[in-house]
Amino acid sequence: MSAYLDHAATTPMRPEALEAMLPALGDLFGNPSGGHRVARRAQRLVDDAREDLADALGAHPGELIFTSGGTEADNLAVHGQREGRRVLCSAVEHHAVLDPVLLAGGEIVPVTEAGLVDLDALAAALDPSVALVSVMLANNEIGTVQPLAAVAELVRRHAPNARLHTDAVNAFSWADVASAASGADLISVSAHKFGGPKGVGALVARRGVQLSPLLVGGGQERERRAGTPNVAGIVAMAAAARVTVESRDQMVATIAARRDRLVDGLLTALPGTVETAVVAGSRAHKVAASGHLCFPGVESEALLFLLDRENISASAASSCASGAIQTSHVLLALGVPPDLAKGAVRLSLGWSTTDAEIDHALAVIPDSVRRLQSHAAQRPMVGARS
Amino acid sequence: MRVLVAMSGGVDSSVAAALCRDQGHEVVGVTLKLWGGESDSGCCSVADVEDARRVADQLDIEHHVFNFGDEFTEWVVDPYVAAHEAGHTPNPCVECNRHIKFDRLLDRADALGFDTVATGHYARIMAAADGAPRVARGLDRAKDQSYVLHMLSPEQLDRVLFPVGDRTKTEIRSIAAGLGLRTAAKPDSQDVCFITKADGRQRFLSERMTLRPGQVVDLQGQPVGEVDSVQLVTIGQRRGLELSGGGERRYVVATDLSRDRVTVGGMKDLMTDVQPIDALEWAGAKVVGRLGAQCNAHGSAQPGFVTHGQLSWEQPQRRVAPGQSIVFYQDELVVGAALAAAEQPNG
Repeated sequence: MSAYLDHAATTPMRPEALEAMLPALGDLFGNPSGGHRVARRAQRLVDDAREDLADALGAHPGELIFTSGGTEADNLAVHGQREGRRVLCSAVEHHAVLDPVLLAGGEIVPVTEAGLVDLDALAAALDPSVALVSVMLANNEIGTVQPLAAVAELVRRHAPNARLHTDAVNAFSWADVASAASGADLISVSAHKFGGPKGVGALVARRGVQLSPLLVGGGQERERRAGTPNVAGIVAMAAAARVTVESRDQMVATIAARRDRLVDGLLTALPGTVETAVVAGSRAHKVAASGHLCFPGVESEALLFLLDRENISASAASSCASGAIQTSHVLLALGVPPDLAKGAVRLSLGWSTTDAEIDHALAVIPDSVRRLQSHAAQRPMVGARS
Repeated sequence: MRVLVAMSGGVDSSVAAALCRDQGHEVVGVTLKLWGGESDSGCCSVADVEDARRVADQLDIEHHVFNFGDEFTEWVVDPYVAAHEAGHTPNPCVECNRHIKFDRLLDRADALGFDTVATGHYARIMAAADGAPRVARGLDRAKDQSYVLHMLSPEQLDRVLFPVGDRTKTEIRSIAAGLGLRTAAKPDSQDVCFITKADGRQRFLSERMTLRPGQVVDLQGQPVGEVDSVQLVTIGQRRGLELSGGGERRYVVATDLSRDRVTVGGMKDLMTDVQPIDALEWAGAKVVGRLGAQCNAHGSAQPGFVTHGQLSWEQPQRRVAPGQSIVFYQDELVVGAALAAAEQPNG
């Protein structure tokens, strides 16, 4: 018995995507930039993929820039902001947005207890000197979906010179990005979050949006991103996007029901457990796949260790390169008390999640949590030592 | 047994894990993330974690990372800075063992159902006359780390293994080489793990406290020089004093942070028959007879007696900086420990 509940980190490839990419790793190996028939065959694969993915994102094919993934797409969107012009982002952005925004001297807009960007604070921060606003579509840790249409309206009204970027990396599986992000000028996606391979993503940059390239040296992607394109990855990403869009409505309904069974089951079995970013009992503002809980008296590092031994793969906050768990900036931005944030566990479902996995998780997690809670109750934390 | 091995990414703990595995235990390796950012080159850097992880892969054991950074700051780094502010010599390795490896980690191991925690320390566990386990010197005297483990109680020792303690460093390196471990030839770690060689202690402390210049005087109180950072000066120090004039070698024999003053004298002035101590603790029954007293991690024990709250040396020894741990031995066993105390003025 096992349960993979870390789909927000990465989700298995869709078989359709795997199948689609193999020819591009074999016979169709050409470099699309060339002028001969081998090149043209590869170019056709990329052109088809570009049209399909653009369609799934509500963009024109020429507005799509293929990248090495979500981080590059986010960095490219933020890159090149000129001095003296303001850059804003929400406090719960992924580090791929947060870090370049801070490097550009940007400002952080707070979020509410429910994990949604504080629209009053945003409105107050906006003025004609703002060049870029970045608000993610769905949060990678806690799954909250931002009111992007309202954000777009505020930006147009108060900051007419600003571009609006949205990191849709964790949204695409669960939300119709074409419609939800229709008000954004820049949209980032990453293939491996929706059943494509790792190492490929895309940025939508609407017509007229000027970008400052991160990579130069070949003129590819209309001089916005140099380098030979990752043909196989791009083809697979488009295939994953197609199957995701086709199955999305049904998948959202099924997975939301499984997520609710898991989260409600744990809340019932373990009184005192706090569901993150849930106000007045509703999790309607979260994507279907997202479960996020804080267990008082538990250290997530210890809980994840026990779960791993029972073949349950989950995560806490973002992990650093060494694998150590760090307290989440997202939870702190929500005002979750640091002691409670230490017991945070993200249970993220995906397209392949089964009822049997939920059963296994419900059979294992409560005992593991209770074991750690009773251990903690027997002995005060190290800080309380004499 | 289920054994949790603390793997630093060095050769000693790599071999400790290998030995535990070969003894048939169920072994899981863990690397503690205590300090430093993602690209830091000091301790618990990504490179060290990677070494530990790859050794665990080679040994086919599970490997995890525990982040005890907050606790390390609270129990090791902050006290290290506070000790300097008070003009005391800190013992960061002792405090890390006391609070992190053999308290926080041991407790975590308990919670996770492990029977024991193993480390790569060169020390042994031996039964004392009263039958209780005691920390004992490692077989390899040149590498012995019993000094920094002196505080371990019999209850802790019952749940701890030091697999490399009854071998020499040469043997450990040869075992590592025989297993093809990537850490086999890795250099030994530096003294204070959270201070990099490049930046040094002065830079580290200057970012956390205000370092003050001080006056250097001789035993008659006559000024003979100046120091940049009086809080960094340690009793027994000879270098870095920028003294005027030649003559015999001069050592710091006293520091007085209330007046930002350092007193220097000759070697004979540094020596004392009696060392004041406090925080005296015995591992078992109080020892009234002759014992060996060791005043730093890499030193050797000198004979003396503990009486009336002070350490009386058989032969005069150098004064010990206040705050420094003094560990008492009888034969191979740690029998107690204390902290060097400041001498009373005119005492």
